[in-house]
Amino acid sequence: MPAALLPKPQMRGLLAKRMRFHLLGAFLVSAGASALFKFGVAEPRKRAYAEFYKHYDPAKDFEAMKAAGVLESAPPK
Amino acid sequence: MLASRVFSLVGRRSISTSLCLRAHGHGVVKAEDYTLPSYVDRRDVPLPEVAFVRDLSAQQRALKEKEKASWSALSAEEKVELYRMKFNETYAEMKKGTSEWKTIVGGVLFFLGFTGFILIWQKHFMYGAIPHTFSEEWVSAQTKRMLDMRVNPVEGISAQWDFDKNEWKK
Repeated sequence: MPAALLPKPQMRGLLAKRMRFHLLGAFLVSAGASALFKFGVAEPRKRAYAEFYKHYDPAKDFEAMKAAGVLESAPPK
Repeated sequence: MLASRVFSLVGRRSISTSLCLRAHGHGVVKAEDYTLPSYVDRRDVPLPEVAFVRDLSAQQRALKEKEKASWSALSAEEKVELYRMKFNETYAEMKKGTSEWKTIVGGVLFFLGFTGFILIWQKHFMYGAIPHTFSEEWVSAQTKRMLDMRVNPVEGISAQWDFDKNEWKK
């Protein structure tokens, strides 16, 4: 056949190649997803809570809620 | 043949019907098409059980004879003809995608839109009034009560309200 021959396709190791690709991909995707969640959600949330409770005065908060009249057993007086 | 000989020797009623049928050449039931091995174009079946073309024309039979000799004597067109006799589609043709997905996406979007029409009709003609608790006054009184109670003060609604200036945080 004088026409140009197609390049010989890969004949062996097809499953191995697919497995390597997918195992690596699965590892990277799951690691990436968990890293994204940790630094996008978990850490900011922990910081928000730490900030909130750093200067929190529960007594003052209680007085404010009492004055607003939302506590049934502690009416504003 | 032998059965008919035995027939005359042994007597008229002692030979079974199937033996008589067999003697006259009606022995085997014709095999239905679906019971025979078939040709299939599948990626995981590279060599199907039978060739694609079952009944060869005279030309094709001559080509098959030529195939029995040295293959370098065959021209490129003859080789392609032999391939097409044996196989229906090439792997490339088999794996080629269709435009079916466009039809499917179009159909899905169309019916989603139609569902939208149905929902609008229902809201207008079928459903009654919504509860009074959705009115502007009720919702603002409700929100004020939530802020007074300090609902979700860390990351939620009370965290968005500025209690000193009595307004939403910028």
